[in-house]
Amino acid sequence: MLTIHDVLETNQMIQKHNLDVRTITMGISLLDCCSSDGKTLCRNIYDKITSYGEHLVATGEDIAREYGVPIINKRVAVTPISLVAGASDLKDYVEVAKTMDRAAKEIGIDFIGGFSALVERGFTDGDRRLIDSIAESLACTELVCSSVAVGSTKAGINMDAVAEMGHVFKKLSELTKEQDALGCAKLVVFSNAVEDNPFMAGAFHGVTQGDCCVSVGVSGPGVVKRALENVKGEPFDVVAETIKKTAFKITRVGQLVAIEASKRLNVPFGIIDLSLAPTPAVGDSVADILEEMGLESCGASGTTAALALLNDAVKKGGLMASSRVGGLSGAFIPVSEDKGMLEAVGRGSLSLEKLEAMTCVCSVGLDMIAIPGDTSAATISAIIADEASIGMINNKTTAVRVIPVPGKSVGDTVEFGGLLGYCPIINVNKYKSDAFIARGGRIPAPMRSLTN
Amino acid sequence: MKVVITVVGMDRTGIIAAVSQIMAENEVNILTINQVILDGIFNMAMIVDMEKATIDLEQLQKLLKEKGNVLGVEIRAQNQKIFDAMHQVG
Repeated sequence: MLTIHDVLETNQMIQKHNLDVRTITMGISLLDCCSSDGKTLCRNIYDKITSYGEHLVATGEDIAREYGVPIINKRVAVTPISLVAGASDLKDYVEVAKTMDRAAKEIGIDFIGGFSALVERGFTDGDRRLIDSIAESLACTELVCSSVAVGSTKAGINMDAVAEMGHVFKKLSELTKEQDALGCAKLVVFSNAVEDNPFMAGAFHGVTQGDCCVSVGVSGPGVVKRALENVKGEPFDVVAETIKKTAFKITRVGQLVAIEASKRLNVPFGIIDLSLAPTPAVGDSVADILEEMGLESCGASGTTAALALLNDAVKKGGLMASSRVGGLSGAFIPVSEDKGMLEAVGRGSLSLEKLEAMTCVCSVGLDMIAIPGDTSAATISAIIADEASIGMINNKTTAVRVIPVPGKSVGDTVEFGGLLGYCPIINVNKYKSDAFIARGGRIPAPMRSLTN
Repeated sequence: MKVVITVVGMDRTGIIAAVSQIMAENEVNILTINQVILDGIFNMAMIVDMEKATIDLEQLQKLLKEKGNVLGVEIRAQNQKIFDAMHQVG
């Protein structure tokens, strides 16, 4: 029997501690849009997205109103465009990106992901055309997000792609320098990319998926932080149990919203992504949770252990609350989107090297980190290589979304606004990796890829 | 549909009467009412059944919000399923 305390607890989570459903993401396969004629291809893509996604936003808003829980973003993820456009006569895919942008605006969603290529083992001609189009495409569109998978545990790391992506980040930064390189916030490079991730910028609808599905990404760092305030000084067993119970409750809300959205849109339910996704709002920070465990500032020794416990407990708590779990599932550490992380960077306690260590134990990787504008393409590629190798060896997803901000250096701050927040420029090791990146080729798949 | 109505704010006379009146006028059946004072703040949770209601949830939310503004309290109406999902297993 529901008690008044249960009711009040739920509403306090929503109203005071920023519990929300971060995203409802509709995955749409575009495989049946292929055409040798570029114009036909774009028309097919536009028609399919706008017809399948027509009611997504209104449905999300209806559910949010009925249940009294905010649903922050409504998004669409599509089949990697390199696969969809590969057979077309298009010389580049900028027109496809513009088509996606138009379709996204037509249905009123916040972002559309899938301007993507999967090149872990090598490039097709379509992959190359896509990667060559990324910078211009993201610079001339608003809602399109792009991702490139450069490595995996099974495939190793495509170092030619890694080298190329350093240049793409630099070019995109230059093309969007009037907005402090905001374009780079819409681009992510993956190792062990997942096909059912509902979060941007890395969402795409994998080819193993059905025609269409809806997935939900939950959130709620503030709720976990609040729960831990009640167990100050208690041993870590108690901390882990508290996080698990809280994650269970958060995820049950996500599951409810996902099932409801699936039913109302008449589309199969995909997955729940058990994530703690911070926002720049006060009290909605993963760093605050780590500090609540007893660290003076995020980045202090012990931060990686604290994050490991948090990440694991979120999964254990959330797993039983949902019928199907997938995506990235874990704690995100996007620096510019987390007030606690920003403050930690600002006071010099959180470095790029510590963030890299943290990515070994959390859900993704180096995320939304502003770096000096004069960071070379080779250094960015080397950062990607480091991160991809962590993913490859540890059999987990890792990613890089860094923003080289033209004209800015350590000590400066860049303002992105909205959910993307602001960010102090973080220091990057000044020694060069040019000769390392210039080698190209493949880093072979590790021993642990041989599991059969 | 079962709906949970919550009222949070400073205690004063007539809150339950005012909310109940809206229910009666729109054929919304009250199933349970609970109230508690926490940290000096008045909290009420009312579970209602809207099966025979003459208005839908969105209209009820609007009426309650307007009444809440008059009374100086916050009134929310939410589908009960969100609370059941979070607090009840099975």
